[in-house]
Amino acid sequence: MSSLHMLTISEARALLYKKEISVRDIVEAIIQRIDSVEEKIRAFITLNRENALLASVEVQKKLDADKSNNKLLLSGIPIAIKDNMCTKDVLTTCASKILYNFIPPYESTVTARLKEQGYILIGKTNMDEFAMGSSTENSGFQTTLNPWDLERVPGGSSGGSAAAVAADECIAAIGSDTGGSIRQPAGFCGVVGLKPTYGRVSRFGLVAYASSLDQIGPLTKNVKDSAILLSIIAGHDPLDSTSAPVDVPDFTECIGKDIKGFKIGIPKEYFVEGIDKEVEDILLKAIKHLESLGAILVEISLPHTGYAVATYYILATSEASSNLARYDGVKYGLRAGGKDLMDMYFTTRAQGFGAEVKRRIMLGTYALSSGYYEAYYRKAQQVRTLIKKDFEDAFNKVDIIITPTSPVPAFKAGEKTQDPLQMYLTDIYTISMNLAGVPAISVPCGFTSNNLPVGLQIIGKHFDEETILKVAYAYEQSTDWHKRKPDL
Amino acid sequence: MKYEAVIGLEVHAQMLTDTKIFCGCSTKFGSEPNTQTCPVCIGMPGVLPVLNKKALEFAIKTGLATNCNISTFSRFARKNYFYPDLPKGYQISQYELPICEHGFIEITSEGNAKKIGITRIHMEEDAGKNIHEGNGNYSYVDLNRAGVPLMEIVSEPDIRTPLEAVEYMKKLRTILRYLGVCDGNMEQGSLRCDANVSVRHKGEKELGTKVEIKNINSFKFVEKALEYEIKRQIKVIEDGGRIIQETRLWDSDKGITESMRGKEEAHDYRYFPEPDLVPIIIAEEWLNKIKKTLPELPDIKRNRFIKTYGITESDAELLTSEKSLAEWFEDAVTSGGNPKLVANWIKGDLLRILNEENKTIEQCPIKPSQLAGMLKLLEDGTISGKIAKTVFEDIYKTGKDAAVIVKEKGLVQITNTDEIEKAVDEVLLKNPDEVERYKSGDKKLLGFFVGQIMKITRGKANPQLVNEILNKKLS
Repeated sequence: MSSLHMLTISEARALLYKKEISVRDIVEAIIQRIDSVEEKIRAFITLNRENALLASVEVQKKLDADKSNNKLLLSGIPIAIKDNMCTKDVLTTCASKILYNFIPPYESTVTARLKEQGYILIGKTNMDEFAMGSSTENSGFQTTLNPWDLERVPGGSSGGSAAAVAADECIAAIGSDTGGSIRQPAGFCGVVGLKPTYGRVSRFGLVAYASSLDQIGPLTKNVKDSAILLSIIAGHDPLDSTSAPVDVPDFTECIGKDIKGFKIGIPKEYFVEGIDKEVEDILLKAIKHLESLGAILVEISLPHTGYAVATYYILATSEASSNLARYDGVKYGLRAGGKDLMDMYFTTRAQGFGAEVKRRIMLGTYALSSGYYEAYYRKAQQVRTLIKKDFEDAFNKVDIIITPTSPVPAFKAGEKTQDPLQMYLTDIYTISMNLAGVPAISVPCGFTSNNLPVGLQIIGKHFDEETILKVAYAYEQSTDWHKRKPDL
Repeated sequence: MKYEAVIGLEVHAQMLTDTKIFCGCSTKFGSEPNTQTCPVCIGMPGVLPVLNKKALEFAIKTGLATNCNISTFSRFARKNYFYPDLPKGYQISQYELPICEHGFIEITSEGNAKKIGITRIHMEEDAGKNIHEGNGNYSYVDLNRAGVPLMEIVSEPDIRTPLEAVEYMKKLRTILRYLGVCDGNMEQGSLRCDANVSVRHKGEKELGTKVEIKNINSFKFVEKALEYEIKRQIKVIEDGGRIIQETRLWDSDKGITESMRGKEEAHDYRYFPEPDLVPIIIAEEWLNKIKKTLPELPDIKRNRFIKTYGITESDAELLTSEKSLAEWFEDAVTSGGNPKLVANWIKGDLLRILNEENKTIEQCPIKPSQLAGMLKLLEDGTISGKIAKTVFEDIYKTGKDAAVIVKEKGLVQITNTDEIEKAVDEVLLKNPDEVERYKSGDKKLLGFFVGQIMKITRGKANPQLVNEILNKKLS
């Protein structure tokens, strides 16, 4: 079985349960795949080969001993984790030189929950440093490339996770999304990426970028796998006060039902100047397709959309300026020398952080400064409330909202690195959902003439991941975009 | 005096919770450096704070005991600054919406009662400690204290003299100790004080430029530092200068305050709401539950003592300054002790001996009922006041009851006039010269005769009878 690396979670799991393959088979298949394509993709910062093989023995034993009908949900499934989630005893760098040697003595809640279900940690994936970026070019270590076109970026900041899934270097991956960091790379790489409702998944152990916006979610080969992973990682965590004490349904049970009569909102603000013509056409076709499945299209307005990017870059950078203060060379990570304390602080942070991180720290520090706080931070919070209200109003009329995931398909490496503003604008369709806290998923909905994937974004009400998964699944099962594989 | 000072105090009180405010680490004082730490309190990447409910409860209790409004909606904020003892690079504190606001406490200063307003009480985490040892090329950081829960209690600028400031601090400490929310130990730093001081001409409405004084860690230094600073400011003004807004550090060795940083160097803390913690919403029901657990507070207890036991205001003030002392007093009274006598003995012999032996009232070997028992013997004349002092020391040393000691040592007072007369005669006979001198006007010698008589009777003679008989014989 040379194609085990191409399996989805549900397919692999079925074979493992039936003992048609062993855990070692699938782990080795993934390692082989990594060996053959990773040189081109460079999706991983850390590969966990030996530990993965060791773990496969343990997991196999447990699986063999378990005669029940409730076997561990991820027994032996190799999953890649974005390198901003703490994994006990495994290097966790956030793609930053300042954490080049940081090995956490604790496990993030999300990876702990995956572990409980028997997952195999195959490696830690590349990302924009501290999740700040939209192309993974801001990594302090390496640039990841898009499996569909090796001259292009995989998107970001979870670019390593998206590329690894698209290149079948793992069965599935976990990413984090602060302004589109799961959905945009999922769109660029032709995979499924879900950002759950803020508070749905515990942030404990996720290295913070912007605490009020960060949310962890799955990147998978199809919608069903997304539902499987969400069911496992979601749920209240006493270690995270912002995780919501809301019941978690089995999300795999809600998919597969028809979507006849569903009201789908099309926000007029999202189909305006700035959107790539090909992307727009593909989206309109996808929307037509949903209509053919029985959905009812409703034009809606999200009037404060135009302020989202500005609001985001005030709030996210403000929080980041504070969240990143702990990297001071005193306790862990990089410590550059210095003739005194101040010099040590300056040198450590000057050497440890990359340009984009420094830019955002400065921006956030400025926005919080006395005399500017009212004009920037407080104003942005007020606008955030309005954006949230836009969604509440819209969801009084519709069940879900559909938009493109990104206004453009994957761009070329280096194309936007000199112009931060152009880079920021690639997140224009994904940022509002983080500000509003609502869940959204990106699913493949077509390809450009250059054979680049395009993502369809489906947005739901707070804690209504069920509906977006249902619609995403219905769309996916009646199309075959998700079956296409890059030629590597 | 033509100047008056305007003083406001910011008091930091470490809360007596078992664990830290945002993690499960112990708050015990004095352990080996960095043994009471975890990823949360040393600020590792990705970890999150979780509020200790006990700390919240303690802050609410303090607010209730100081007549504050308890906010039903409050939140934490981040105070951002870099320092090695601050592991996250920010302190989780409260800023715009503190848990308690608009309270007051009553103090008595130089005989006058006065209300001192409480602006706010908020919760925050303590920082660690930098330790500067060795050759000066590096310093150590101990994070055991990082994350210990603190309350910052901010007063209104209602204080006018250093003495009032001390009274305010003492009263606050008493309240905190009554509530059991802080041990009030200023030496160990569990109670710390910063002061804002300005001076102005008496009668003026406008406030002068204020100066903040840091590092005042005893009641004595509160008084000394403020006295110094007020004098310093007055002198600057009299010399035609202007006060500059700055932060000054109290140097207790030199007895002066010294400039630490000016207004221009003041930190911009860039406060903003803490996104890792949800707002604190206090349910009415819980608040009522906490209200019911409040002990009788010192002011109420003091007034009750005056009314119920007829003791003086100053005695009541002293007895209620510590909850345990007040309880000791009431136990002694309940065991039958005369309240006034009990009060006198506590403030006299009991506190003296405890002080000498460096013991607290909780460690006192005499039981309240034992003092009451002794006082009964004194009142019914079984023992004299002088003997009582010996008996008291004996109870302290042996733990035996007064009645037992009196019986064993034969200390019952001699009230038999014949016996006393015999002793008087004996003394007068032995000292003819002194009798002569007394009769020729040296009346001071009376004390000498009494002393000699007491010596023969081993202190047991009833002093009143001795005086009576002696006077009769000598006239």
